[in-house]
Formats: sequence, structure tokens, C-alpha cells
Amino acid sequence: MLNLETPKKFKPIIHQAHQIGAEMFRPISRKYDRAEHTKPVELDMLASLMDGMNASGGEGAGAGKLKQDAGGDSGVRNGANMTAVLGMTELCWGDVGLALSIPRQGLGNAAIAAVANEEQLKRFNGRWVAMAITEPHAGSDSAAIRASAERDGDDYILNGEKIYVTAGERADALVVWASLDRSKGRAAIKAFLVEKDRPGLTLERLEHKLGIRASDTAAFRLENCRVPAENLLGSPEIDTSKGFGGVMQTFDNTRPIVAAMAVGLTRAAIEETRRILADAGVHIDYRRPRTHGHAAAAKLMECEADWEAARLLTLRAAWMADNGQPNALEASMCKAKAGRTAVDTALACVELCGSVGYGEDELIEKWARDAKILDIFEGTQQIQLLIVARRLLGKTSSELR
Amino acid sequence: MTDKTRRMDPIGLGVRALTRFAGSPLTARLKLHGPASALIRSGAQVGFGAVNGAGRQFKAMRNWTSSSRGSRPPRQDLFDLTPSDEQQMIAETMEQVAAELLRPNAEAAEAAGAPSPELEAQANELGVLAMAIPETLGGAMSERSPVTSALIAEHLAHGDMGIAVSLLATPSVALLLTDYGNAAQQDAFLAPMTADEDAPTASLAITEERALFAPHDLGTRVRQDGGTLRLSGTKSLVVNGSRSDFYVVAARSPEGAPGLYIVEAAAPGIQVEAQPAMGLRAAGLSRVRFDDVALRDDAALDLGEGDYDCIIASARAAWCALAVGTATAVRDYCIPYANERQAFGEPISHRQSVAFMIANMGIERDGLRLATLRAASRLEQGEDALREVQLARTLAARHAMQIASDGVQIFGGHGFVKEYPVERWYRDLRATALMEGAVLL
Ligand SMILES: Cc1cc2nc3c(=O)[nH]c(=O)nc-3n(C[C@H](O)[C@H](O)[C@H](O)COP(=O)(O)OP(=O)(O)OC[C@H]3O[C@@H](n4cnc5c(N)ncnc54)[C@H](O)[C@@H]3O)c2cc1C
Repeated sequence: MLNLETPKKFKPIIHQAHQIGAEMFRPISRKYDRAEHTKPVELDMLASLMDGMNASGGEGAGAGKLKQDAGGDSGVRNGANMTAVLGMTELCWGDVGLALSIPRQGLGNAAIAAVANEEQLKRFNGRWVAMAITEPHAGSDSAAIRASAERDGDDYILNGEKIYVTAGERADALVVWASLDRSKGRAAIKAFLVEKDRPGLTLERLEHKLGIRASDTAAFRLENCRVPAENLLGSPEIDTSKGFGGVMQTFDNTRPIVAAMAVGLTRAAIEETRRILADAGVHIDYRRPRTHGHAAAAKLMECEADWEAARLLTLRAAWMADNGQPNALEASMCKAKAGRTAVDTALACVELCGSVGYGEDELIEKWARDAKILDIFEGTQQIQLLIVARRLLGKTSSELR
Repeated sequence: MTDKTRRMDPIGLGVRALTRFAGSPLTARLKLHGPASALIRSGAQVGFGAVNGAGRQFKAMRNWTSSSRGSRPPRQDLFDLTPSDEQQMIAETMEQVAAELLRPNAEAAEAAGAPSPELEAQANELGVLAMAIPETLGGAMSERSPVTSALIAEHLAHGDMGIAVSLLATPSVALLLTDYGNAAQQDAFLAPMTADEDAPTASLAITEERALFAPHDLGTRVRQDGGTLRLSGTKSLVVNGSRSDFYVVAARSPEGAPGLYIVEAAAPGIQVEAQPAMGLRAAGLSRVRFDDVALRDDAALDLGEGDYDCIIASARAAWCALAVGTATAVRDYCIPYANERQAFGEPISHRQSVAFMIANMGIERDGLRLATLRAASRLEQGEDALREVQLARTLAARHAMQIASDGVQIFGGHGFVKEYPVERWYRDLRATALMEGAVLL
């Protein structure tokens, strides 16, 4: 039966995540925006709370549980993917940078959840794992990465450079993408679990950023870094008929999560702007046509409408994953819509609130800075549009580049 | 309304609705075997319900004590985007009605200012009207579901928005009377709609002709004149204006609140003139003037607290559903063209600025659709939906319009001439931002 309300069963998890956003993140939001590269120690105790949330009932709010549900049993499911989306929305309503800094909830953890075998799952259980794909000369075009992995007895030897690794400094391990044979293209690119203490892995620097300063962004060098063959995620075979597969499919699960981050930030900006506009005597009236009221109210209503679309597109993608439906198209749709909505809304809110919005006394200017990354990482706006367009038009990546 | 309000045996009506579905010669011609045979199966079920239900209603109607509201579907507390089997079947049927009846006749209906009587009869034969009338009154509506209504509007508008609006005008008044009509009003105005011949047509007239019109500031007024209520004012963009047998008119009550009044077209003091507009030309848009028109004693719909708001919201949501359908038509029509049309040695779809327009059509259309369905499902559950409807309407006003504009753009000069329907969709979709009333979920 068609129902687009958020079910009651999610109330506790939403409430919990909202309390974290409101009572823990918001009060320290500005502090870590200013103190870039300082580890938010307040989050350590959060880690165990999140572990608790993940353990209870098997449907946690973190990245560690994301998996395409096999469907199977009869009836509609509202499961782990929806839980993760709803939880992440509330956390990022609090603060995106801090949400990205919660221990053991890294994108690497999502990759492990999606493709690791039993032994790997056990070995990396409880570790914080970051994702290292991007290189200085290759971001969107991840098939062009140059990092290499060479088989040597029972080990692989990794060489290359990785940049922009979220939580790279604070995590325990990285999922490093490297090629077994650069002449074989995408199919030869594999993901390797690399513990941070492996010799040959060096943290080179931390970036200074426009926003999400609470989250560390690290650059690494891999120089003859030796990892056991058991650390390869997925199949070691180079199957050129399959292309990326495997880890790449992680993105179908994580794109809705990043979209959820954008949905949370957007709501924060709208709520705060509504409060500030109300102080200035501007109120939103949903009964009247939008164009009849104050221009500021009309603009905010447009933002709210786009937010509603982004939110529902995101829930749809997560719901499809929970119900075993392929959702690559829908995952890209929600990421594209939510990413641009966050940027457009937060920037509009700064403008609507004038000097109040632009100054550091409120968080709106910070959200406008934070928002921009949500339209860049996990696939930029343009990359999402390419994926959507190719699907709708039935085009290959060589026809529509 | 004298001969139209003649009493029909309710059991006869139920049986007639049933046989209409089952015996439709259109079934074969429209290649509707799959969905239509399913509809007929459900018609058979509906039919049994109708006979029993209609029997009960017969007594109620004789006593004129209670009205038929249509039961609401049961609630289920799970986020779910799957339509019920019945909704799926209805949607598929409407999809084919749109493809086989509406789309091929869109140009002719636009030129004529109305769908042909045959088209209208065929569409109603396939359930467009019957699904808006409760089984107990001889229709085929088993549950009062705004979500189902949204799916019907969406799929019909995929064929043509102007025809869809025209076809849905009378069913929308039927829904209004189902929800708010008392037994006497239902008996006089709703029950006769299922008649085989000479069934009355109706239109919900709310919009007035001025900038910044809002349904809560009505220029149309009702005054008390001795024992008689009299209505004056002008309604604009009234759908099927010149061929409606009665209107339901939004007007300020003598007490000053917005109200809805049944006004028979034959009453003295009514003038109708064509009011052609940018689009929706198949919907027979008209200006209707009411000059001190004397109303029936029971002309006023009995609206409770918040009902008027809810009706306005329901109408806006219906326009959103129509916008979803037409935006979908644009998307579906542009994809093959962008792939086939060559420029600079390759299909234009190989260029990102074209391909991204298509991607955004897909994204914004889906966003609007989800927002509209959410509004409809809240209406269905009896939840407050003013906010959700306003958000969906804002999306329709901006993004559905952008989709239509991009649709013309993708066709270039060929989009600007009447060789292709994209220019019509551009004209039609502009209406969704400003229309009030006329259609309901
Ligand atoms: C704070 C932060 C955190 C990050 N975290 C991680 C992480 O944890 N792990 C990780 O691996 N990476 C991470 N990234 C990297 C991020 O995913 C990349 O920056 C992103 O994918 C874009 O790659 P790029 O920067 O090389 O830009 P480029 O690929 O060089 O793109 C530049 C511009 O060109 C556009 N463009 C590129 N190709 C096309 C095309 N075919 N068609 C149209 N437009 C195109 C892009 O949309 C973009 O606008 C992070 C980045 C930042 C800034």
C-alpha cells in the first residue's frame, strides 16, 4: 500500500540520532570548525553508543550494516538501509563534519559490509576503515587510477599515492584501490585492506578545507607496502567482461547515505532560517499560493519543496535496497538532487538572513561551506547526471562521456 | 434537472455499471485484454458488492437519512511505494486509455475545445467516471482513495492534459459529493451520474479572474434574500463551462466564510462564454457569470471546520498529479528523439548539455511524483496535508514547467512548431501553477 510517511518503528532511532545531533554536535560545531585538525574527543564515547545502536535488532544507523537486501521473505521491508538514511539525516542535521568523524562508521566499513568474506568480516570487525580511491590526477575517472598492486608470493605489494581520504588520520585501516594490471582497465582494479601500521604506508599531510573542518582529510603515500593476499576484497580474478563490479556497487548503497547527509544539512538551514525570518516578521503560510506572500517566504518555500523531493528520492533509493530492488539509477538520482539542493538552499539561506546569516554567530554560513562537499564526494553532481542520463537514454560510458 | 434527477433503481444501476465494464466492445479494439480483463474481473467483484450495497443504500435513500462516503483503505505503518493490485490494474488500464484514446485525439480535441462525445463515452465506459462514484450509488469505487485518484489523473495526463482535465471534471464533482454531499444532494446530483443516457455533467468552479487570486478571498458571494439564497460573481477558467449541467461554485457565504454551492446551469441569471487560454484548450475553459442566481434550498455543501482548506488542497494535489503525467510524457517523448536526432555527426544525446536536460527531467519528475503521492497518501489517511500539497505544487510550478521548457528546447525549432506535441505540453503545464479547483483527488 502506498504510504510515504516515516513509520513509527523508526521513531526511537531518529530520536536517538537527533539527540546526538542537537545535544552533542551542535554545541561543539563551531569549536571544531575553528580548530581544524583537532580530533573531536567528544566523539569517542559516541562510538560505543553507535556500536550499541548497530547491535540492537541488527538494524543500526551506521554504515557498517549496509547491504543490498536479498529480499526473499514476503512483504515489504523497511530495514537497514532506511535506518541508516534516517539516522544519518539527523546526525548531519547536527553537523556533517562531526558525523563523518564518528569512529568505525567510515565508507571503508560500508565497502567491507558489502563485499568482504566471512574471515575478513571477522578480522576487521570493530575497526575504523577509511576509503582511498582518489589520486592527485584521478578523481571522477576512477578507472584511471595509477596505484599498483603486484603479487609476490602470499602478499601483494602496493605502490601509489592516495589523496582526500576522509578520516584517514583517525581510522585504523584503509580500503586502497589499486590495479593488478593497468593494461586491463577497470576489471583489474581491486580493493585492498591496508592496516595503518603496515610499513610503506605514510600519512603525508592533512588538508585545510572550505568546510567540514571537523573531519580530517588525509593524503597517503604507498611505497612497496606489503599486505597479505587475504586482504584483497572480493575476487582476485581479472574478469574483463564484468568491469568494476564488487566494491563499485558499494556506491549504490552509500550514495543514499551521502544524500541523507545533504538532506539533514538542508533541513537544518531551512529550520534556522525560518526562525530568523520569523524574528523579522516573515511567516510561511502553506494555504496561500507561494507567490502571494513575502519574497523571502516564497524563496524559503522553494527550498523546502526541493528538500522534500530530495528527501523522498533518498528514502526511495534506501527502500529499494531494503527490498532487494536494483537501485543504481535511483541512488544517483537522490545524490544529484540532494547534493545540489543542499548547496542551493544553504547559500539561499545565507542571503535571506543577510548579515545574520553571513556572520559566524550563527551556523548558517558554516552550513553553506559544509554543503559544497556533498555535491562533490561520492561522485560529483556531473557524474551523477551522467549515470542517470546513460540509464535513461540507454547509452554506454563510451557514447556518453 | 427535472428529468435528469429521475430516480433509478439502485440495484439496476449497480448491475448496469457491471455489465458496462464487462461488455465493452472497446476491450478488444483497444487491445486492453490484460488490464481490462482484470478490471472486468474486479468489476464482477464490484458488481456483487454493488448489488448488495445498493440494496442497503436503497433503504437509506428512501429515508434520506445518511449519505454514502465510501470507506477508506486501512492504514499500514510501513514506508511503501508499491501500489495495491487494484491500483496497479487501474493504472495500467488508464495508461492504455491514455495511449490509445487520448494521445491520438489530442490535436483534434484541442481544435474542437472538447474531447469528442465518443471519446468521452469510451473513457467513461472504461471506468473514468464510475471509479469516482461509490458502489453503493451504482459506481465502481470500492474504496475512497485519493492515491488511486492521483494515479488515474497521472496516467490520463500522460495521454493529454487538456482531455484528462475535461474527462475528470465530472468525476471530481462526484468525489466532492461523495465526501461532502448529504443524502438528498447525493440522490439528486450524484446518483444520476451513473445513468446510461443523459447523465449530468458538472464542474467545480473556484478560480476567479484577477492577479493574486486566492481561494480564501472570494469575490463571488451568496446573500440571503428573504428565504432564498442568491449567488453573484464571475468564475474563470471553468472546465467544460458551456456544457456542464451544474456547477459547484466557491463563494463567500452570507456569514462571510468560503463555501461551496451547487448551482444548476439552467437557472436564470447565468451566462457562459468561452475563455480560451494558453493551453488546456481541450478542456473547454469558460468564463461563467452568475447574476443574482437563486439557489436551491439545499444548495450549500455542509462543510465542517477545515473542509474547505482540504478541498482546495485536494484540487491542487490533483493538478500536481496531472503535472506528473504530462512531465512524464515529455521525458518519454524526448528520449528517443534525442537518440535519433543527429547534429555534428552524432546523436544530440551524446552531448552532455542535452543528456543532462534528460537526466534532470528524470530526477525532477520523480521528485515531484513522490511529493505528490505523499500528499495524496496523507489526504487518504485523513492527515493534515496543506504543507505537503504546497510543497508538491511548488515543485510542479517550477520543475514540471522546466521539464516542458527543456522538452521544447531538445526539439529545437521542431519543438516550436505544431509538428510535435511538446509545444502543447509547454502550454498545458503552465496551468498547474495557477489553477484552483476543477479536479480533485
Ligand atoms: C573533503 C573531501 C573528502 C573526500 N573523501 C574521499 C574519500 O574518503 N575517499 C576517496 O577516495 N575520495 C575522497 N574524496 C575525493 C572526491 O571523491 C573527489 O574529489 C571527487 O570524486 C572528484 O574528483 P576530482 O576532485 O579529481 O575532480 P575531477 O574528477 O578532476 O573533476 C573536476 C570537475 O570536472 C567534472 N567532471 C569530471 N569528469 C566529467 C565528465 N565526464 N563529464 C562532466 N564533468 C566531469 C567534475 O564533476 C568536476 O566538476 C574527498 C574529497 C574531498 C574534498
